[in-house]
Amino acid sequence: MSALLDLASALLLAAGALFCLVGGVGLLRMPEFYTRLHAASLCDSTGAMFVLLGLALQAGWTLAAAKLAVIALLLFFTGPAAAHALARAALARGLAPRLACGESAWKR
Amino acid sequence: MLAATVAALLATLALLLARAVLGPTVFDRLLAANTLGTVSVLLLAAIGFLRGRPDFLDLAIVYGLLNIVGTVAVLKFFSRGDLGDPGEESPR
Repeated sequence: MSALLDLASALLLAAGALFCLVGGVGLLRMPEFYTRLHAASLCDSTGAMFVLLGLALQAGWTLAAAKLAVIALLLFFTGPAAAHALARAALARGLAPRLACGESAWKR
Repeated sequence: MLAATVAALLATLALLLARAVLGPTVFDRLLAANTLGTVSVLLLAAIGFLRGRPDFLDLAIVYGLLNIVGTVAVLKFFSRGDLGDPGEESPR
């Protein structure tokens, strides 16, 4: 049972690390702000949840697991809210998304 | 696997830092800073488990809370032009 838990924890940690890494690469390599936002959300939500779940499996039913749950709850609510607020702030300040055809989406 | 996770998170931090330095618009820098906060929370939690010191989780919680406050304050400033203080004169 313990070996199984270790295996599951290692798999979750690897998945989380991979998602974080992909998000970081996307943030660096994507062409403009909104696509970068998309890549960064990957890191914020999926990567964080996988890593925290993997750590919680290692912790077992202890206080550490409760703290991990608090962190997960925090990130679960603030990550998407921050991404949404960022996109709204960028749009409100007139940063237009770039489309594939090369024209800006909203001509104001 | 924990050490590999910590290494991957450190590499992610380096990538985010590069975007924060390069970022053409202020929103790019802000996005990088915000994600940097999230990844540093994860890094703290992972390091706590790697070194066998669960106290690091408290630090991670504090970093998460500080991250929220910072992001909301900066976003409010950039979207409204001020921090929404009723006694403050708007610069616009």
